[in-house]
Amino acid sequence: MKSNLTSNTKTMITTQNNIGSLSRALLMSCTLVLSLLILACSDDDNPPPQIDQEEVITTMIVTLTNNNTNQTIELRSQDLDGDGPQTPTIEVSGNLSVASSYTGAIALLNETVSPAENIDQEVQAEGTEHQFFYTQGGGLNVSTQYLDIDNNGNWIGLAFALTTAAPGQGTITFTLRHEPLKPNDGSLSGAGGETDISVTFPIVVE
Amino acid sequence: MQKLLLVSILIIGTLVRAQNCDLTLSGIIEDQHDDSALSNALISIVDTDIYTYSNDQGDFYLNNLCPGNYTLEISHAQCNVRLFSIKIKENTSRVFKLEHHYEELHEILLSGNSSGLNASSQAKKLNQEIIAQKSDLSLGALVSTISGVNGVSTGRSIIKPAIHGLHSSRVTIMSGGVRLEDQEWGSEHAPNVDINLAHSIEIIKNASALQYSGDGIGGFVVLKPQNIPIKDTVFGNTRISGQSNGKGGSIHAGMVKSSELGWYGSANGTSKKFGDFNAPDYVLSNTGMESHALSGRLGLNKFKYGFELGYSRVANKLGILRASHLGGAQDQYLALNSPTPLIISDFTYNIDRPRQEVTHQIATIKAFVKSNALGRIDLRYDFQQNNRLEFDIRRGSDQNKASMDLNLQTHVLSADLSPKIAGFSFVKTGFSGRFLNNVSNPNTGVKRLIPDYKRYDFGLYAMAGKALTQKLALEVAARLDYMEIRAFKYYYLALWEDRNYGELFPEFELETIGTQILTRPQFQYLNPSASAVLNWALNQDHELMINFALGARNPNPSEMFSEGLHHSASRIELGDLRFEPEISRNLSLTYAYNGDRTRVSVNPFIRHIDRFILLEPTGIQQTIRGNFQVWSYRQTGVMLSGVDFDAQFELFPELMLKQQFTLVKGYEVSGATKGRPLINLPPAELTHALSYKSDSLSDLEILLESTYNWAQNEFPDTNFEAFIPETQSFELIDVSTPPKAYHLINLELRYPLSIHAKGSGFLTFRMENVFSTAYRNYLNSNRFYADEIGRNLLISLTTTF
Repeated sequence: MKSNLTSNTKTMITTQNNIGSLSRALLMSCTLVLSLLILACSDDDNPPPQIDQEEVITTMIVTLTNNNTNQTIELRSQDLDGDGPQTPTIEVSGNLSVASSYTGAIALLNETVSPAENIDQEVQAEGTEHQFFYTQGGGLNVSTQYLDIDNNGNWIGLAFALTTAAPGQGTITFTLRHEPLKPNDGSLSGAGGETDISVTFPIVVE
Repeated sequence: MQKLLLVSILIIGTLVRAQNCDLTLSGIIEDQHDDSALSNALISIVDTDIYTYSNDQGDFYLNNLCPGNYTLEISHAQCNVRLFSIKIKENTSRVFKLEHHYEELHEILLSGNSSGLNASSQAKKLNQEIIAQKSDLSLGALVSTISGVNGVSTGRSIIKPAIHGLHSSRVTIMSGGVRLEDQEWGSEHAPNVDINLAHSIEIIKNASALQYSGDGIGGFVVLKPQNIPIKDTVFGNTRISGQSNGKGGSIHAGMVKSSELGWYGSANGTSKKFGDFNAPDYVLSNTGMESHALSGRLGLNKFKYGFELGYSRVANKLGILRASHLGGAQDQYLALNSPTPLIISDFTYNIDRPRQEVTHQIATIKAFVKSNALGRIDLRYDFQQNNRLEFDIRRGSDQNKASMDLNLQTHVLSADLSPKIAGFSFVKTGFSGRFLNNVSNPNTGVKRLIPDYKRYDFGLYAMAGKALTQKLALEVAARLDYMEIRAFKYYYLALWEDRNYGELFPEFELETIGTQILTRPQFQYLNPSASAVLNWALNQDHELMINFALGARNPNPSEMFSEGLHHSASRIELGDLRFEPEISRNLSLTYAYNGDRTRVSVNPFIRHIDRFILLEPTGIQQTIRGNFQVWSYRQTGVMLSGVDFDAQFELFPELMLKQQFTLVKGYEVSGATKGRPLINLPPAELTHALSYKSDSLSDLEILLESTYNWAQNEFPDTNFEAFIPETQSFELIDVSTPPKAYHLINLELRYPLSIHAKGSGFLTFRMENVFSTAYRNYLNSNRFYADEIGRNLLISLTTTF
């Protein structure tokens, strides 16, 4: 450095200026970095709002009304945290009678909000994009029939008829599909689309 | 005997004295890129005191040399030091080329070739010519042509680079000196860069580039911009391509203007648009994409100081295969057992839901000063903004609302110092501060997948290179990173309690709201990382390089905080707050043979990662929407090993054969699952490319490519059973068996054009997947639902002027 000094004054001045500006720049950047870090240590942030999960269906209530006796049986599934870790609770209020015809109505609720939101109205309004499917299993012998149609004349399935025959025991699965192929052959595999709801209820016909 | 000895000594002595030591070596130092003269370069003869400087014309003279073999060391302020061997018998004149880094930040990559030994490095480079030819591709698709690199994809448009099977937050992507911060944690989040903005793309297959980051434990993808010469000139390029599959194409234009005074400016723009792609037998509905990118730079470069302002923006709209959006295990069962996608519609350019819309912006201010005393100092500030919108299939008034709306802002301030220290080929040190702020728009009506968080990073590094002998060079680097993350997160109360977080992290709890609990997770990490490269030039043709890298990666927000349904994967994903950083140790060896007509490179590696974070199925969760498979993140020790092989044979002057082979294996090495193979590792791949180029055909080049992908034979069993109401039975859902092996053939014709005196170009016809083979790729998450794309005919025209 000293030889530079004596040998070339011009270089020295440039170098000094450079060093001056350099150290200023360095100092500035250090200050900025430090202020970032200080920011890090301030903890005055406000929590963001909780998001009200929309389009959640927490509850499905299937009401079966005996066309002769007007007696009703309620099938209910409730899952208050939606996709959350809690499993749904499934309740069936009674057994079906043999050789009877029932009128079925499906209600869908979002009970995470108060008052609870009626989702079945939404499904009804977007009938062309939705369809319910009824799948029976085990030793059950019932038949189902759609009672409602969408704007294109295809089934929706919020309303249906159910007829029982001989006594038996098994399950009925109610599946709501979003954007299925419409019209379809009434089977889950033939309809495609995405599952919005799938609940299996234990059913006894006696 | 003694007489004989004496006589010989006398004879030798006479010979020595008879040598005329008045030979002159003259030369000219030129820039490798544009042959411009480099003044003021220091030319010295190794192991002597002889040295000189080049004049303004780049010329130099070394006088009074004796005949013999010399090693010249040539250094220039803006170039890497280079060594040249030269034999002098008579007055000799030669041209010496240096790699001149015009104004760039010192982008020294610890890859073995910055030592001046001219080593073929572990870094694999894609040059501008290759980028120009493939201008329609995404970064992930382009770099997956390199051995050891694969694309992990979600369909055709969302592809991210995986290096030896590692990807996402384990691979650092640098674009123009800026570390890309674009929610890179997600495997279905493609990097938001336009390859056309890069002059070259380098892949570093280990954690060595410590000036960028210490957590790129899988490696680095480095996109470098154009070096701009200091002279009065205007140059640019255009790239246009169109293709049959997807019925779309891309267009790019770029221009650079620079002046002798050091001022320069550049502008680039790229647009791409494709409709639905086609598999051999059906339309892949909703796989179209649209991308628009632009960038500009303005700066001044006066050898001693300079600055640059830069801006770039990339906006992508990416369709996701409609048939891949499922609701639960039943749907999965149907989709997996159907030979064709469950939803196939007519071709359209429309990009419906599900889709991603991502906009990434980068603004940069940087400056450098060179001082004789301190060396070069670089300062820079970068701002990045990433806005990610993901649109899912929704119901009611939310139909057109995004399900995910994340806004990530990143501020980085960094300073680097590159002093000239005698005896070192380079020395560089620096520090950086970084602030990230991630905000999730609460109006989506969907529980946040990634919580709002703020992150603060501070990093410090130093690196140096030294030629130990003429044949042996060593490069070392070390880095220390501090990171702090503070998040606000709403947990499901049931999960919070189930995981015992209440007892482990009581300090995080703020309040309970209904079925959820608001928490304030905060974590700090301090991680060292280090790397060393030893480069041994055995002789002119053979060289050997050994690399050791130690790196650490902190758990990312997805690995820590995930808690809920991941629609595109149709599964519930659970993170873990208890995670600690992954520690990676990588040892790799590169042997390279650079013969006249044959080049071979073999690169075996072995890597141990402690506390590796992986995602795997842990059960089934019942919801009112049916059953979903639950995937949980877990930490375990893993060992990865493999080999990359590259070869190039000049069979005849016109005929060239290139070969490429990659093999990666990975297993868990600790805990109860010891010996279990890792999920989603790329299967072995063998590529051949035969190219024929002849003067007699006006330099027409014919290229035949063959790629054979083996079926991945080692994979963890992640299958599960789910209740299917129709059959009233539990059915196996096979989500783990990899697809079959496949063989693809591509054909290409390249025709060089000369447009006018200064311009040149290429007209390329390319046919991909010539036999329209139907195949599925293990690393594509859409493999469950649809085949890859079929035959594709591509025409492109690239010009430079």
